[in-house]
Amino acid sequence: MIATYATPLERVWHYAFRAICGLVLVFLMLPILVIAPLSFNADSFLLYPMSGFSFKWYEEFLTSPAWRQAFMNSCIVSPFATLLAMALGTPAAVGLARIEFPGKALLTSILISPMVVPVVIVGVATYLVFAPIGLSGSYLGLIIVHAALGVPFVLTTVTATLQGFDFNLVRAAASLGANPLTTFFRVTLPLVAPGVISGGLFAFGTSFDEVVVTLFLAGPEQSTLPRQMFAGIRENISPTIAAVATILTILSTFMLITLEWLRRRSERLRSQGH
Amino acid sequence: MSTPSTLTMPEAITAETPMSLKEQLARAERLKKLKYGALILPLVLFLVLTFIWPIAALLKRSIDNPEIVSAFPATSELLRQWDGKNAPPDAVFAAFADEIVQHKGSPVFAAAAKRLNMELPGFRSLMMKTARALPPTAGASAREALVEADPRWEEPATWQYLARNASPYTARYLLASVDRKYDDAGNVVQADADEAIYVNVFARTFGMSAIVTAFCLLLGFPLAYLMATQPPRIANVLMIFVVLPFWTSILVRVAAWLVLLQSEGLVNKALMLFGLIDQPLELVFNSTGVYIAMVHILLPFMILPLYSVMKGISPSYVRAAVSLGCPPIRSFWKVYFPLALPGVGAGCLLVFILCMGYYITPALLGSPKEQMASYFVAFYTNQTINWGMAAALSAILFAATLVLYIVYTKLVGGQDMAARAR
Repeated sequence: MIATYATPLERVWHYAFRAICGLVLVFLMLPILVIAPLSFNADSFLLYPMSGFSFKWYEEFLTSPAWRQAFMNSCIVSPFATLLAMALGTPAAVGLARIEFPGKALLTSILISPMVVPVVIVGVATYLVFAPIGLSGSYLGLIIVHAALGVPFVLTTVTATLQGFDFNLVRAAASLGANPLTTFFRVTLPLVAPGVISGGLFAFGTSFDEVVVTLFLAGPEQSTLPRQMFAGIRENISPTIAAVATILTILSTFMLITLEWLRRRSERLRSQGH
Repeated sequence: MSTPSTLTMPEAITAETPMSLKEQLARAERLKKLKYGALILPLVLFLVLTFIWPIAALLKRSIDNPEIVSAFPATSELLRQWDGKNAPPDAVFAAFADEIVQHKGSPVFAAAAKRLNMELPGFRSLMMKTARALPPTAGASAREALVEADPRWEEPATWQYLARNASPYTARYLLASVDRKYDDAGNVVQADADEAIYVNVFARTFGMSAIVTAFCLLLGFPLAYLMATQPPRIANVLMIFVVLPFWTSILVRVAAWLVLLQSEGLVNKALMLFGLIDQPLELVFNSTGVYIAMVHILLPFMILPLYSVMKGISPSYVRAAVSLGCPPIRSFWKVYFPLALPGVGAGCLLVFILCMGYYITPALLGSPKEQMASYFVAFYTNQTINWGMAAALSAILFAATLVLYIVYTKLVGGQDMAARAR
């Protein structure tokens, strides 16, 4: 809102500022909006104006053995990596929230560090260590490293959820005779579930978009969707890439909507609780 | 589950000798620590095995120098005691000849020859030639046989290449990644011009990261400010515009920029339509394309921490300054900006740290002139299989990341990373 007493200069600035912000938003959204229509282009150039409408690039994606294999591999690696990251990250976040010990801040920073260490270093390092023990060129090796890259997201989101968590509920459950495991699954987990799922979505997104570690660690049989896209963009960029990009964007939009829904739900629950 | 309620009965109550309350408390605290520590342990072990240990192993490779020591252990042992000036004693020749005979044709020997060839081109053929001439014919000493095979074995300089690598560790790779090398006398000197590229590579890596960070701040600050000052409903909509690109695959965005920026792409067409240019501009496969895509990819990492800090700044501070007669720009600079500074610091550090390690964006959108440190790490791993150089470049990149990450955690606190992840 502009105040009624604003000077002309202030009015100009008011609109100029919004125009600047509008341009930044255009910059952010343009690439995403531009690529989707081209996936329906009739000819094989990624150029506007489009020459006609066609589903053939989606057909190509669904029928080409290389793309199908890559898609299958992504559907094997990412869910397992996500589950592993959730299974390791959730208890650790609960533990870190409950006890104090010297070096806790340091340990937390180390546990979160896979988020910031350059992925090339992670890729080269894991290849160096995994190759001699037969874990390079295997699904297991890829799942393990993707899980390590996803763990920080689970850890941070669950930690954030736990900040509003009333640990008296755990005490109450214990005093009523529930053993620790029952308490965790029946009391703690349902309450921190939004954090676990958000973290899981972040971990899934990380793994599903991971290309550098895959470049080093995966054999030709484990080529994932991003790996295949990387090769495709590097060699000859065709509308099939645009089709895959559109599918991936729809997927990430769904993940984003789920996240937003979870966030609103936990906000609502929290405001009800007080 | 039908768990009997006696399960959690404190042991102290049933114990023979009752403990003091203080002891009981300490015991309960210890038990709690153990219990919750056990929850953290699996993750710690997992990351040690899959993340920390591999990185440590890689970093150790940057100082490893195993080839000569493993092919010629006895020779190395003797050479470490050699004065380095006169020709080595007969014992060295004898041990060396024995070990060549023992290992020739094996991978260990080939690795040692390759390693020596890195020190002095031509050394590999010298080693092969020598190996063919051994073992010594009956009656000839090892020294005679070696000198017979090649007269260079008479010169102390030849032996010095072996002696310098007779230790299992070397600073050679780390020196090479800052454009330094050992000269023949063992002093650290500037590397030859055609090999001295890494100072440049790191300067480029940091320079590009700084430019990308500056652009992210320039574009991100206004938008974060707008979001923070709008009612929640509008702010939420704006947030979706920021977070959707953040969630979109990096490869999708790289592909999209390739489409947009190509010479017949929309950006060039729009510029020509408005009469701003006559000829299409070269926007990809050079630094322009890399900068545009990197700023696009990293912008949300700037906006999210900025927004979370700005949301907590009450608008009444600036209003108070203005009502007290401070001009708007001055009150923004003197009142608002200092309050937003933690967000600026966190955002800039995060963008800079992430930018430094980037590999795919420059690889797909840049020319050889835009490749950053990560590219050379990958190059030495994939193309020339030179683990020493790959590890040494990784070590420097890792050290830079580590220093900035420590500053970042001191500034933000590890826990608050969650705020930016949400």
